[in-house]
Amino acid sequence: MESKKEENRKKTSSFWVWAIASVIFRLILIYFPKNLNLSSRPEVSTPLTSLRRLAEGYWLKQSSMSPYAGSMYHGSPLLLSLLGPLTVKRMEGQPNHLLCSLLFVLADVVSAVLIRATGRKLQTAYSRSLKLLQLDSLSKSSENLSSGDVAALVYLWNPFTIVACVGLSTSPIENLAIILSLYGACTRLPSLAAFGWVVATHLSLYPAILIIPLIFLLGYGPDAPPRKLFVQRRNGKDGDNPSSGSSCLQEELFNQSKPPLTFSWKPVVQFLFWASVWSVYVLALCSLSVKQKGGLREMFKSTFGFILTVEDLSPNMGVLWYFFAEVFDFFRNFFSIVFHMNILFMIFPLAIRLNHRPCFLAFVYITISSLLKSYPSVGDSALYLGLLGLFVFELADMQFSFFLFCGYIGVSLLSPVMHNLWIWRGTGNANFYYATAMAFACFQIVLVVESASAMLNHDRKLRKLSVAKP
Amino acid sequence: MTFLHGKSTVVVTQSMALLPVRLKLIVILLLVCQLLCSTIAFGSVLDKDEEEFSEELLLKPLPDRKVLAHFHFESRAPPSISFGRHHHLFPKAISQLVKKFRVKEMELSFTQGRWRYEQWGGFDPISSNNAKPPGVELWAVFDVPQSQVDASWKNLTHALSGLFCASINFLESSTTYSAPEWAFRPDSGNLRYGTLPREAVCTENLTPWLKLLPCRDKAGLSALMDRPSIYRGFYHSQRLHLTATGSSSQEVDSGTVLEQTLTVVLQPISWRTGKSYVDKANSQPSWSISSIFGRKVNGKCVLAKSSNVYLQFEKGLVGELKNLHKENADSETNKLASKDFLSYPSFELSVNPDKVFEEVDNLHSKSTSVLYEFSVEKYNDSHPLDLGLTWKIPVVWSCQQAPLHASRFLMGSGNERGAIAIYLKPTELSEGLKKSNIVDKSCELRVNVFQVVPWYIKVYYHTLQVFVNQQSRAVADVMEKIHVSPSKDKISPGVMEMILKLPCGLESAALNLEFDKGFLHIDEYPPDANQGFDIPAAIISYPDFHASMRFSEDGSLDKSPMFSKFQEKSLVLSYTEILLVPLTTPDFSMPYNVITITCTVFALYFGSLLNVLRKRVDEEERFLKSNAGRKTGRLSTLVSKLSAKLRGKPREPQPSTTASSSSVSFKLIFKVLLVAGIAICWQYYFG
Repeated sequence: MESKKEENRKKTSSFWVWAIASVIFRLILIYFPKNLNLSSRPEVSTPLTSLRRLAEGYWLKQSSMSPYAGSMYHGSPLLLSLLGPLTVKRMEGQPNHLLCSLLFVLADVVSAVLIRATGRKLQTAYSRSLKLLQLDSLSKSSENLSSGDVAALVYLWNPFTIVACVGLSTSPIENLAIILSLYGACTRLPSLAAFGWVVATHLSLYPAILIIPLIFLLGYGPDAPPRKLFVQRRNGKDGDNPSSGSSCLQEELFNQSKPPLTFSWKPVVQFLFWASVWSVYVLALCSLSVKQKGGLREMFKSTFGFILTVEDLSPNMGVLWYFFAEVFDFFRNFFSIVFHMNILFMIFPLAIRLNHRPCFLAFVYITISSLLKSYPSVGDSALYLGLLGLFVFELADMQFSFFLFCGYIGVSLLSPVMHNLWIWRGTGNANFYYATAMAFACFQIVLVVESASAMLNHDRKLRKLSVAKP
Repeated sequence: MTFLHGKSTVVVTQSMALLPVRLKLIVILLLVCQLLCSTIAFGSVLDKDEEEFSEELLLKPLPDRKVLAHFHFESRAPPSISFGRHHHLFPKAISQLVKKFRVKEMELSFTQGRWRYEQWGGFDPISSNNAKPPGVELWAVFDVPQSQVDASWKNLTHALSGLFCASINFLESSTTYSAPEWAFRPDSGNLRYGTLPREAVCTENLTPWLKLLPCRDKAGLSALMDRPSIYRGFYHSQRLHLTATGSSSQEVDSGTVLEQTLTVVLQPISWRTGKSYVDKANSQPSWSISSIFGRKVNGKCVLAKSSNVYLQFEKGLVGELKNLHKENADSETNKLASKDFLSYPSFELSVNPDKVFEEVDNLHSKSTSVLYEFSVEKYNDSHPLDLGLTWKIPVVWSCQQAPLHASRFLMGSGNERGAIAIYLKPTELSEGLKKSNIVDKSCELRVNVFQVVPWYIKVYYHTLQVFVNQQSRAVADVMEKIHVSPSKDKISPGVMEMILKLPCGLESAALNLEFDKGFLHIDEYPPDANQGFDIPAAIISYPDFHASMRFSEDGSLDKSPMFSKFQEKSLVLSYTEILLVPLTTPDFSMPYNVITITCTVFALYFGSLLNVLRKRVDEEERFLKSNAGRKTGRLSTLVSKLSAKLRGKPREPQPSTTASSSSVSFKLIFKVLLVAGIAICWQYYFG
C-alpha cells in the first residue's frame, strides 16, 4: 500500500514536471524572434480563430462601428470584449500580443488539468464497473497507466496544441470551453457542463452536437462496458445459487455503486435548465455589446451564418474551401447543406451504438466535426488527439496506429511545404496543397473509423470475457 | 422658322406681280404684319433659351519637351419651362440623361497614360481638374432621396455604357462603387464614385464623345483631333462634366452645363529651321499646330459662340525667359510689360496674337504666366490658322507643383498578404511654405487621403502606421479625422477617408496598411487571372490649397467658359498610381476533379464509419440469422402473393431466399418512390 502511494506521488510529480516544462517551452516560443510567423499560417489561424482579425474587429468597435462591419471578424462579441483590450496593449521590448499569448498558455494549462481530472474520474468509474463484472485482471492492467495523465500530457506536448497556442489563434479558448463542459458532465455538475456547452457552442457552433454525449454522461454516468453485460450478470446472479458469499458481496456492490443501468433524469433536467439559463445570459451579454450596431441578427449572420455558408475561400486544412472555390454557383447551397448534414447524419447511429460510452462518443463527435467543419485548424485536431489519450487503455488494440502517426507527421510537414510552393513561390499550384488537405482528411477518417471499431471490439472482448466467466 | 417665312415671302412677291394694286396693298400689309410677328417670335425664342456652345483650345509648352493641348467645349442649356423640348445645340442624349436620373452633377473621364505631376505640374487648374487616373472614372451626385441613389446610379452606368461604348456598366455592381462622405468632395451627400482602372480607352470612346458636339469633328477646333496623332500622345484624357443649374421650381426644367474637355500631352516632332542648338537635351522643340496634330484650324464651328486658341506660357517659363532676356540685354529697363515680352528674341510665334493677357497673381512671386489669344473667326479654309512656336535659345524651367508629391506602392511578397504604402515627399512649394511660415511654429499641412480598395484586398485598418520623417508616430497625433467603411466580401469595397495633419518642415511621410489577399471563386476571376487585379488610384488632396488662375486685361476673358472655369477655386489634388496586385489562382481546369474527389472522401467517411457501426462478427451474425429464420417477413409473403396475382400465376411456395430478395426489391421500389416524391416536391416548390 505504502509503495503504491509512493508510486502515485512519483507519478504526480513527474506529471507536473512535464507540464511545467511544456509551459516553459511555450514561453520560449513566444519570446522567440519574430520570424516564426506562426500566426499567419493557414493551418493555425482560420478566419474564425485569427487574433489579427479579432484585433481588427476591436479596432472597428473602438471607432464606433459594428465589429462585423467589414468581413473581417466572425467571432463572438464576448471574446472581443475579453481579448480586444489585450490586443491593443503593447509593452516596450516585449513581443506583440504578449498578454494574449499568456492567456492562451493559461487556457492550455487549465484544459490539461481538466483533462487529467476527467481522465481520473473516468478511470475510477471504469475500474469500478470492471470490478462489478469481475474482470479484475483488466482493471488491474488499466490501473498501471493513468489515462488522465497521458491525455493531459499528450494535450500539452502535442505540436498542434503548441502551435495553436503560440500562433495566436483563439482555439485554446474554444477547446477549454469544450473540455470544461465534458469535465462538468463527468463530475456531475450540470451547471458547469451547461456553461461549457453554451460557451463552446457560442464560440464555434459545432460543439452544439455535444449535447447528446453530455446528456448521456449526466444520465448514465461516465463510460462503462455495455449495459447488457450488467443486466446479464445480475440475471445470472439471480439464476445462480444465492447462498454463495461472494455473490452476496457482489450484490452489495451492485446496490452501492448503482451501475449505469437506469437513466437518471434529474441531472439531465438540471442540465437543460442551466443550459437555457446560460444561453439566455450569453445572448443578453451579446446583445448588450452589439446593441447599437446591428444587434443579434447581424451577429448570428456573421458568426454562425459565416460558418454555415463557407463564405471565405482562403485555404485551410479542411476539404470545403477548394470545393466551394470550384463548384458551380447554383450547386453551392445544395452542397453546403449536404456537407453539414453529413455531420448530423452520423450523430444518431453513433449515439445508438456508443451510448454506454458518452465520453468516447464526445470524442468521436469532436473528431467528426473537426474533420468536416468549414474552417478547421490544428487547434481542433489538438483537442481530439488530447481526448484520444483518455481512451488509451480501451483503444490499445487499435489498428493502423503507427500508420496514422506517420501520416499525421507527414501531412503536417508536407502541408506547409505545399503552401509555400503555391502561395509564396508560385511554382506549385492549388492542387498540391489541396492534396495534403485531402490526405489529412483521409487520415482523420481512418482515425475515427479505427477508433470506433477498436472501441466496439473492446466491448466484444468484454462480453466474451464476462460470458466466459460466469 | 425664318427659313419658312422667307420661302412664303418669295412666293408672295412672285404672285404679287399678277394681282391688282389694291390687293397688292393688302398683301403687303399682311406680309409686314406677318414679318413683324415672326421677328418678335424669333426674338423671344432667342431670349428664352439661349443655348450656347463655345470651343477653345489651350496650348502650353511643357518643361519636358512636350506640348499640352487642352480642348474645352462647353454647351449650355438654360432652364426652360417646356418638357420634351427640342434642343438647338445641346445634345439630346445628355439632357435626357439628366432629366431621367436627376443628375445634379456628374463627371466621366476616359484616360490613357499617367499624368506626370513632377513634370507637367500639379498646382494649376488643368492638373487638378483634368489629370485623371488611367481607365474610366465616374462620379455623380443625384438629386433624389437617399434610398434611390443606388438605383439611379445603376441605371446611369448602363445608360452611359451604351452612350460611350465602354464597359461602364461594370460599375453597376456594388463591389465597384463607393459613397465617399467627405474626402472626395467636401459636400457629397448623394455622391457615388467608381473607377474602372483596367478599361482600355480608344477611338471608339472618342467618337461618341465627339458626337455630342454640334459640329462633331467636321468643323472648328474639334477637326484637329486626328486620331493617330492624339492616341500617339503620352497622356490622353477625355472628360465630360455635367452640372445641372437652377432647378428651384418644379415646372422649370433644370438647365444644364455640359463641359467636354480633351487633354492631350504630345511630343512634337521637332522640325528644326534656322540655327542648330548646341545643347540638345535642353532645347525645346519648335512646333506648330499642323506638326503636332497633322491638321490646321480651318475656321470655327459656325454654331459656336466663341472659338479661340490660346497659348499659355507658364510662370516658371516666363520667369526664365525674363532672366535670359535680362542677361542678353542689360541696358533695357526693368519695366517689362507683357507686350514687350513678345518681342523677346528667345522665341517666335508664327501668328501674331490678337490679345495678350497676364495672370493676376495672388502669391507675390516675381513672374506671372502669360496668355496669348488667337481668335479663330478670322481664319477660313483658304487661310487656316497654323500657330507655330519656334524656340531660338534653349530654356529650362520647372512647373508649379502641389505641396507634396504622392506615390503609392505595394510591399511584401507572395500571394498571401502584403501592405499598401503611400509615400508623401515635399516639393519646392512646401519648401517655400516652410520658409514663409517659419515664424509661426504651428504651421501644419493638411492632407486629405481618399482610397478605395476592392473587397478581395482585405485591409486590416488597425495596422495603420504613420511615419513622419522616417519615424513611427502615433496615429492619433497625425490624424485629424478618419472615416473607414470596411469592405464586405462580395458586397462592397473598403473606403478609407482621412485628413492628415503634417508638420510643414517634413522631409517625408508614409502611411502603411497591411492586407490579406482574398481567394475568389473560380467564376470571379477575369479571363486573364494571372495578370493581377487593380487597386484604383488613391486621391491625395490638400484642403488648404486651391488652384485658380485669373487673367485680367479688360475682363474679356471672363466670357470665356474655359477661363471662368479656371478662375474657380479648385481643390489641388493628385491621383496616385494604380496598383496591380497578383492574386492566387486556383486550378481553373479541374472543377470536376475537385468535386468528385471531395465527394469521394465524404463517401469514404460516411460509408466506412457506418460500416463499422453496423458490422457484426461471428456469433452476432449467427444470432441474427437464427432470429431472421424464425420470423419470415409477413410483408414479403404478402408482396409475393400480390405479385403472383398480378402475374396471373398460382403463387409458388417460395423458398426463403427468394422471399428475402423480393422484400429487397420492394424496399428498392419504396426508396425509388420516396426519392422521386422528394424530387417532385423539390421541383414544385423550388424549381
